[in-house]
Amino acid sequence: MNTLHEFALRMGDNVLVLGHRVSEWCGHAPVLEEDIALANSALDLIGQTQLWLGLAADAEGSGKSADDLAFLRDAWDFRNALLCELPNGDFGQTLMRQYLFDAWHLIMLGKLTSSSEERVAEIADKAIKEVSYHVERSRDTVIGLGDGTEESHARVQAALDYLYPYVGEFFVSDKVDEAAARAGIAPRLEDLRGAYDLAVAETMSEATLKLPESEFAHKGGRTGSMHTEHLGHMLTQMQWLQRAYPGATW
Amino acid sequence: MYAQMVKSTGKGVKSRDEMSPEEAAFQDRIDADIKIEPKDWMPDGYRKTLIRQIGQHAHSEIVGQLPEGNWITRAPTLERKAILLAKVQDEAGHGLYLYCAAETLGVSRDDLTEQLLDGRMKYSSIFNYPTLNWADIGAVGWLVDGAAIMNQVPLQRTSYGPYSRAMIRICKEESFHQRQGYDIMMKMAQGTEAQRRMAQDALNRFWYPSLMMFGPSDKDSVHSAQSLAWKIKIDTNDELRQKFVDQTVPQAEYLGLTIPDDNLAWNEEKGGHDFSEPDWSEFFDVVKGNGPCNKDRLDARNKAWEDGAWVREGLLAHAEKRAARKTAAE
Repeated sequence: MNTLHEFALRMGDNVLVLGHRVSEWCGHAPVLEEDIALANSALDLIGQTQLWLGLAADAEGSGKSADDLAFLRDAWDFRNALLCELPNGDFGQTLMRQYLFDAWHLIMLGKLTSSSEERVAEIADKAIKEVSYHVERSRDTVIGLGDGTEESHARVQAALDYLYPYVGEFFVSDKVDEAAARAGIAPRLEDLRGAYDLAVAETMSEATLKLPESEFAHKGGRTGSMHTEHLGHMLTQMQWLQRAYPGATW
Repeated sequence: MYAQMVKSTGKGVKSRDEMSPEEAAFQDRIDADIKIEPKDWMPDGYRKTLIRQIGQHAHSEIVGQLPEGNWITRAPTLERKAILLAKVQDEAGHGLYLYCAAETLGVSRDDLTEQLLDGRMKYSSIFNYPTLNWADIGAVGWLVDGAAIMNQVPLQRTSYGPYSRAMIRICKEESFHQRQGYDIMMKMAQGTEAQRRMAQDALNRFWYPSLMMFGPSDKDSVHSAQSLAWKIKIDTNDELRQKFVDQTVPQAEYLGLTIPDDNLAWNEEKGGHDFSEPDWSEFFDVVKGNGPCNKDRLDARNKAWEDGAWVREGLLAHAEKRAARKTAAE
């Protein structure tokens, strides 16, 4: 097992798949400032994808590029958490998904800045500056909508109920995660849960939203054992040109 | 330029004798290239014409996100995807500066948005054409942004201060957009046979609509005469179209692509190219709402606005609650 490759794929696929989802909003946001913010977030995430998948490709050492990994793998080889591939739904669902991811991402990147692997630490150092802004915005929006009108409250509560069962996957380690933790590349995932729960509870309380009681967690994305049906459809669109015209340079 | 056929007073330019003392003083400032600022006195026609022109330009930036957004999810590499996202983000930003410039003339962004959504205000005809293959994204940057820059560069010197300043910022970003569009075209033109076919197809479809972006000949237009006198408009449509053709022909040659015009030829005497006029009946059809994408574009904007109503209301309600809590705590 190539731990660094596997680890970088997991980080890279999260931001690739989520960045793609966010980019689907282009030109359709509720207000102009949100169009700008969504495009900006997607741009940051795709920029981070280039770094993580670049690292994954180098660590693999087979001469592949970040683009090869993004555009020429099938769904079972993707290693993103399921939360990232779930559909946009309405704006509330998109921003709730973003917040639940950002809150984890910020804590994770904070730990990765002291990774034993220099390139991991460098990427984390760069990404954390962007993600600090992402979480500030998604948190404020979740609070604004939760503590807004009756309708906005009901919509983001429904989004939270739908999305929360996909949060647990971020904190469940398998052999890759254990090896990454042993090598000092990444923290133990379970150790991040406390800080995450605290941050999310505080946000939801301010948003007057209720966290679901069930601790059930869907998983299978990070290991690739079982993605949702949504990912394949995303890939048919994302990878279409590369697949239809193999070998072309763009 | 993203504003076409902007109506002015429709009455023709007043002679000095017909001007009131205020109007004469105003015209003196324009003639001396002194910028007009929001609090300065201005003729009502000047204000209204500017609102139409800046508003149409802002709407074009907003609607212009759609044909490019159509390819963001299919961009063929991570870098292309990132560049396209950055470009679309810039365009939304341009929309924002321009709405702000229009607001200095006493019209709100919401009011302008409503006029766009119910069809009272227009946006550039070019965005009613579809983007059908990846080379279209190159062609939009190369030709559409190229045509826009042709008009916007002189508008940096336009008489209204806030509009001029918005144009200066916008032009910097637009020239980057045009370069990235040409870069896509280079890759496509030097690529596989299928890619060259895409590039030629894109040029075939975008050539005449790009020429239409400058609007029909306005050499006899009273609206344009007034706008030129007020320096809201700097060059005539025909002058700009000629410049655009002269700039673009060698670029197409360099790409090895053929401009779809059998009459295109260098005219030594005039020092420019002769070329065929676009089909103006098609242009008027598009302006009237019968372009290939008019309905889809407006429906998409209306849907975004309607679907987003609960978000705007929710965030507004929250801001009010927070303000009330703050007041209560004091």
